[in-house]
Order: sequence, then C-alpha cells, then structure tokens
Amino acid sequence: MKNRFLAGVATTLLASALSVAAASADVLDTIKERGTLIVGVKADYKPYGFLDTSGNVIGIEPDLAKDVADKLGVAIEYVPVVSSNRMQFLEQGKIDLMIATMTDRPDRREVVLIPDPNYYSSGTNILSLKSLGLTEWEDLRNKPVCGIQGAFYNKATSQNYGAEIVAFKGTAEAYSALKAGNCAAFVYDDSAIVAKTNDPEWADYEMPLQTIDDAPWGLAVALGEENFAQMMSDMIIDWHKTGRILELETKWGVTNTPFAKAMNEKYNQ
Amino acid sequence: MDVIYEWFRLLYQETGINLPFLYDEYDRNRMVDGFLTTVWLSLVCLFFSVIIGVIGAWLQGSSFKWTRRFVNGYIQLFRNTPPLVQLYFFYFAIGTLLPRVENDWGGQSPILGSFAWAAISLSFFAGAFNVEIFRSGIEAVPKSTVEAAEALGFSKLQIYRDITLPLAFRVVLPALNNNLVNLVKTTTLAYAIAVPEMLYEANQIWSDNVNVTEMMIFLLLAYFVLVGVLVGAMNRWERAMKIPGYG
Repeated sequence: MKNRFLAGVATTLLASALSVAAASADVLDTIKERGTLIVGVKADYKPYGFLDTSGNVIGIEPDLAKDVADKLGVAIEYVPVVSSNRMQFLEQGKIDLMIATMTDRPDRREVVLIPDPNYYSSGTNILSLKSLGLTEWEDLRNKPVCGIQGAFYNKATSQNYGAEIVAFKGTAEAYSALKAGNCAAFVYDDSAIVAKTNDPEWADYEMPLQTIDDAPWGLAVALGEENFAQMMSDMIIDWHKTGRILELETKWGVTNTPFAKAMNEKYNQ
Repeated sequence: MDVIYEWFRLLYQETGINLPFLYDEYDRNRMVDGFLTTVWLSLVCLFFSVIIGVIGAWLQGSSFKWTRRFVNGYIQLFRNTPPLVQLYFFYFAIGTLLPRVENDWGGQSPILGSFAWAAISLSFFAGAFNVEIFRSGIEAVPKSTVEAAEALGFSKLQIYRDITLPLAFRVVLPALNNNLVNLVKTTTLAYAIAVPEMLYEANQIWSDNVNVTEMMIFLLLAYFVLVGVLVGAMNRWERAMKIPGYG
C-alpha cells in the first residue's frame, strides 16, 4: 500500500516535471488519439449547464462543447465541475476544456489560458413582480431590495440608485423574502434571474431593467496549449458570427442578451 | 472633524490599516445606522423581556392550573430552542402566514418587517429566561412577609406589586444582569433576517473593502463598549436600590 502510494507520488512528480515538455506534444493530438474530448461544464446552473431527468448534462454550454467535439471529429464526455474546482481540474489534466460560466478575471488568466474573445457575459439585474411595473434602476429608490450578503453590486445599487438593500445569507432566503413581499425586487446575476423567470412558479415575476456591471465569461484551456487556444478563439468568433450563441439562447429559453447581440453585429460588419 | 477622517484615510494609504467606516462618508453612515439599530433593538428587547418576565412570574403564581401550564409551556418552548431557529421561524414561517398590507411602493408586504420580528422573537426568548429569574427572586421572599401583608388586608395584586416584586427585584438583579447582557449580544443574530444592525453593516463594509480583520477587531471592541455601558448602568442601579440589612 505504502509502496504504491510512493510510486503514485513519484509518477506525479515525474509527470509535472515532464509537463513542460509534454505541453509541446499538444493536447489536440492527445484528444484525437483518445477519440474523446473531455469538457468540464456546470451541472447546477440552469439553463447554462444542468441535468435532465435521466441525469445527462444538457444546456447551452454542453451544446457549445459538442460543437468543439464535432469540429475535432471526436466523441464528447462531460465532467460536472463547480466554481471551486474547475480551474484545478484543468490544471491537473482531468478535463481538456472548461466551459463553466466562469467570469473572465485577470488573476484567473494567470492560472488558465482564456482564449479571446469572450463567448458570453452576465451582469446585474433584478427580479421583481410584473405588477410593480419597474422600468429603470432609478425606480428602486427608497424601496427595499433583497440581495445576497457579500455580493459586490449591493453597494452600487444602494449608492447609485438609492435602493435599501436587505441582504440575506443565501439565495433561498432571498427568493423566499421576495415572494413574501419583504422586498420590491431581488438584485442578482442576470443569468440566474433569466432562468427563474422561465420557472412557472415565478410566472408573475420579470427581469425588467437594463443589465448593468456586465462581466464577460471566458472558456479556458490549460496553460501552454496555444494551438488549442487558437482553435477555440476561431470557434468563438465563428459562434458569434453565425449567431450560434443567439440560437442556443433561444433554444434554451433565454431572451437574447445584449452581449450576444452586440458580438453578433460586431463580427458581421 | 474632517481632519480626523482624513487622518484615517492617510493611515490606510501609509499602513494598509483600512477603516473605511471612518473616512468614507457612505460607509460611516452605514456604520452609524447599524450602531443605532443595535442600540434601539437592544433597548426594545430589554424593555419587553423584563415586562414579560415580571408578568410571567406573576402568572406562574396564579391559582388557575391552566394559566400556570400556559406559562410553563411558553418557557419550555422558548428556552429549549435556539434563538436563531426562533428568528427564522417567526420571520419565514409565521411572517408569511399573516395578512399582508398595501405598502408605499404599490406591492403587498407582510404586516411586520424584519426589525419587528427580531424584537418580538428576542423579547420572547430572553423573556422566558427572565420569568425563571424573577421566579427565583419571588421564591426568595420570606413567606412570613407575604403572610404579614395578607394580614394587613393587601390584595393579591397589591402584594405582588408592592411587597414581593420590590424585594424580589433586589435579589434577582445579578442574574437579570447576566441575561440582559446576553440579550444585547444575541441581537447580532438579527443579521440572519437582514435587520441592518452592526454586524450586518460590518459585513456589508468588509465585503466591499475586503478588510475583514479590521472590521472584526472593531466589532469586538464596539460590543465590548456597548455591553460595558449596560453593565455599568445596571451596577449603579443595583447600588441605588440597595436596602441596608436586606440581601
């Protein structure tokens, strides 16, 4: 047992020592040799990546990943990831590609390789009762607005628009307080709110405002995989150009986001 | 005043000790509001929990079996459940069952907000302990004293109000002190149902500025001072009420 453990450690060390050299061997060759593309996607973020009733991973991001596999002419395998392990999985080589609702940030670019341009984007918006008829952020002034404790947009919402933030620990409490009428609205990620508005239980609610604080999402490959990254850059441009992102949004019941529309226009000029 | 505020901004730039609730006006207002909410919530809860304690202890001595049972049931329920669970229960379970009223922004909101529920829940929680504390004081009043009052023709209420309670009060003050100190500290739980008290505002500030260490130290000192003031006041009161030769 101990020997096997030591052997495992030795192999890991050897592998990491060789990984610089292995990088030049190119993950694209490995994928083609293996015959499958292994992609890390979310399984709890409807509609971007979630499980269907029989347990298969489906959604916008799995569909995008399938496009990549088709282009390479290989089969696809999905590995569910969460925010806290997605970059580690990529570093360890457990997955070849990660498309997992990750916000593109400079510190993350030091750990993984994020090809440009960004494929998607999400920002801040609110969920509120249709009957309130809110139309702009200024309408929130002096109204209680539910939020999540620790979210960076709480301060902006209260400072710029005068809303009284009522922040809860988790989303469940915030949704429950909104439903109970303790707040006029719930300020949160627009991508999560979009999913809520499609839920029949939330049929009386809407996402009425212009999204603010837009932050782009980046898909990622392991550091050093320049060829793969180059290929992904071309693919992302292609997705924007052909309107594939817009098409997938429609397919999964998301109203076309301003970012996807703008990118589509930009690459069709 | 501005000189002092600017000094703290300099302190941050020079040493990295970040106290935004001193130099940033927005954060300062948040912190002051949080402090006032904590003080106000504490005062409301102190007042009502003592009232509940006094009335509860009186009802416990009632000659009706069901009144005594009711008070005991209340004590068991509130003493044997965690205050955080009670807060959630009141706010999310009871709160949503109550009728709704039209609010000023055109929606329907529950009749009681988070502050009201925190005040109710914490008063009942500390009140349950206070009933037992007052009972201990009442039982410490010699039976002969009560009998003497009865012989003088005092009614039951008069005996409780004018004889038993004043004597009992002097006996229970140390225990009551303890419970009220705990109550002030328990108001931090109201953070869970988004009552904007000190801990809540501190959390908002540290999530915007990532200065958790400084805020934690500040919170600790703030509560130390706040509870210190309460304890000081209670001790003075205790001395002022002292009857020479009694207790």
